Amino acid sequence: MKPINQKAWWLVLPVFICVAFSAVLPLMTVVNYSVQDIISPDRRVFVGTEWFAAVMRDEELHSALWRQLSFSLAVLAVEIPLGIALALSMPARGWQASLVLVLVALSLLIPWNVVGTIWQIYGRADIGLLGAALAWLGVDYSYTGDATHAWITVLAMDVWHWTPLVALLCYAGLRSIPDAYYQAARIDGARRFAVFRYIQLPKLRGVLMIAVLLRFMDSFMIYTEPFVLTGGGPGNATTFLSQYLTQKAVGQFDLGPAAAFSLIYFLIILLLCFILYNWMQRVGTADREGAGHE
Amino acid sequence: MARIDLDLAHSYLSDPKQDSDYALLPLQMSFADGGAYALLGPSGCGKTTLLNIISGLVRPSHGAVRFDGADVTARSPQQRNIAQVFQFPVVYDTMTVADNLAFPLRNRGVPPERIKTRVGRIAEMLELSGQLNQRAAHLAADAKQKISLGRGLVREDVSAVLFDEPLTVIDPHLKWQLRRKLKQIHHELKLTLIYVTHDQVEALTFAEQVVVMTRGRAVQIGTAAELFERPHHMFVGHFIGSPGMNFLPARWWDGVVETAGHTLRVAPALGEVLRAAGEFTLGVRPEYVRLADASAEGALMAEVTQVQDIGTYWLLTARVGETLLRVRLSPASAAPQVGAKVWLEVLGPHTCCYDRDQQLIATGSESAAGGASG
Repeated sequence: MKPINQKAWWLVLPVFICVAFSAVLPLMTVVNYSVQDIISPDRRVFVGTEWFAAVMRDEELHSALWRQLSFSLAVLAVEIPLGIALALSMPARGWQASLVLVLVALSLLIPWNVVGTIWQIYGRADIGLLGAALAWLGVDYSYTGDATHAWITVLAMDVWHWTPLVALLCYAGLRSIPDAYYQAARIDGARRFAVFRYIQLPKLRGVLMIAVLLRFMDSFMIYTEPFVLTGGGPGNATTFLSQYLTQKAVGQFDLGPAAAFSLIYFLIILLLCFILYNWMQRVGTADREGAGHE
Repeated sequence: MARIDLDLAHSYLSDPKQDSDYALLPLQMSFADGGAYALLGPSGCGKTTLLNIISGLVRPSHGAVRFDGADVTARSPQQRNIAQVFQFPVVYDTMTVADNLAFPLRNRGVPPERIKTRVGRIAEMLELSGQLNQRAAHLAADAKQKISLGRGLVREDVSAVLFDEPLTVIDPHLKWQLRRKLKQIHHELKLTLIYVTHDQVEALTFAEQVVVMTRGRAVQIGTAAELFERPHHMFVGHFIGSPGMNFLPARWWDGVVETAGHTLRVAPALGEVLRAAGEFTLGVRPEYVRLADASAEGALMAEVTQVQDIGTYWLLTARVGETLLRVRLSPASAAPQVGAKVWLEVLGPHTCCYDRDQQLIATGSESAAGGASG
């Protein structure tokens, strides 16, 4: 029999403590709230899964979830191709490259709520550049009055804020492709699109996976910018999940349902990231198995 | 297929002033149709630049590249119809082996049936037939390099196939196989092959003609035997051979050759050339230095400093005056001990004489003044 050395537990103890205080205990507090009806610190009732059931039946939540999903998918559909295109058109070396990198990264340095404020002013029909320009063109644009306009403005704001991240990731990926690949492609007579399709895109797979996951998680949790820009309105048009949660927890002080929903929210993000990750893993390598059977 | 003529110089700087600003100094060179050539030289000698100029990846700053007499200097690799294999295997990861091989043909709009036959033939030649439907991304380095090679060979009308140190990342035993494969392909397809390497064994076994380069200059073009027996430049003598040529500073003095405190007598014809040169360098390969009897006529006294058993021969290092000479002795001979005094005969038919510009002026067997230009 192998001797068992129990002393090793002491070595992992610090990690246990850190993780317990930073992740497990806060999360368990939320779990605690989600299964009890706490009226005051002395009066609490165990309600089981009642809050979960209530939250699942909540019509408002359903619409917020769909709004959120369509927003996140729109974000990915616009930012990923745009980021790749941007990275492809950025200069590869010299002082121009440094300059462009700084310019592109600029929007990433702006605090979230400042981004919201910038766009709030930018879109105003009386003094904002965008709003005034659209008004001059005869478009009756109002992000505070029109639900579609509000939704598009929030999307545009996110694209403006975060496409540079995708572009920078792709730019780094592109720079790591050895010159020999481009030279070989020239010798093989490949056209520009073939170079993109067969060299650049496959080599970008790794960074694109990171970009998609980051942008998906981040846009799925978006809060500050729409809160500053539209406050979730008009009506509920730009009330995304985070804001809905805040309304429940802080606005209405429904801690039970808010806690139950927090857990569901967390699981949704986890699940979707898992699906996305696995799907993207397969996209690049799927025909390997296919070819193996031939 | 085409005959390739070069008459050019190249600098990566926009305003080259001195020789060291040039990656390639002015050179004239011809590659015959269907020949196997190697560009041999140490790192940074300009051999890859020369290769990229031939393929069209780099445009020479001065002069012209001609294929069959037509000026192609301004043409792209695609227009020149060149195939090139790089140091590190380049495969298109998402494609199968067959698609990789078909890629250059598809880009040129070759009909599918034709592609299929060509790919089949090339795959068979390179022993890739069993892997045609596998994804190229997961193959070993040598298989990937075979794919790179295959993409070069798959076009029938290719002007030349260029190799840029293609065996660098291949295991030694596979290197040998692939090199044999290349020779065989050259034999079967009669393509013009130009092979860049810093490995003399690779160059000498692969090529019919080897171009030895150093510091942007092609110092000699010749067969393996020519490079070994008559190095036109001291660099060639030093670079080719293992170990390289021994060099002894010498001068003509009063009718004899004086070197390392000894005087040596030479044939009158050779003496004429050496007298004109005044000071010169004697070059003799370790294979051609012989042990002589004590105080023999024309022998140099030396002290043995090192004796190594290389397996198939003894490698003797001996000091003559200031200079160290290396001597190859057959394993059958009794090797002297370290510290012993030996007499070495360096003059013979294989001895080369170099002038102050390190150019060959004569060899021991003949006066070579006429043919000594690199």
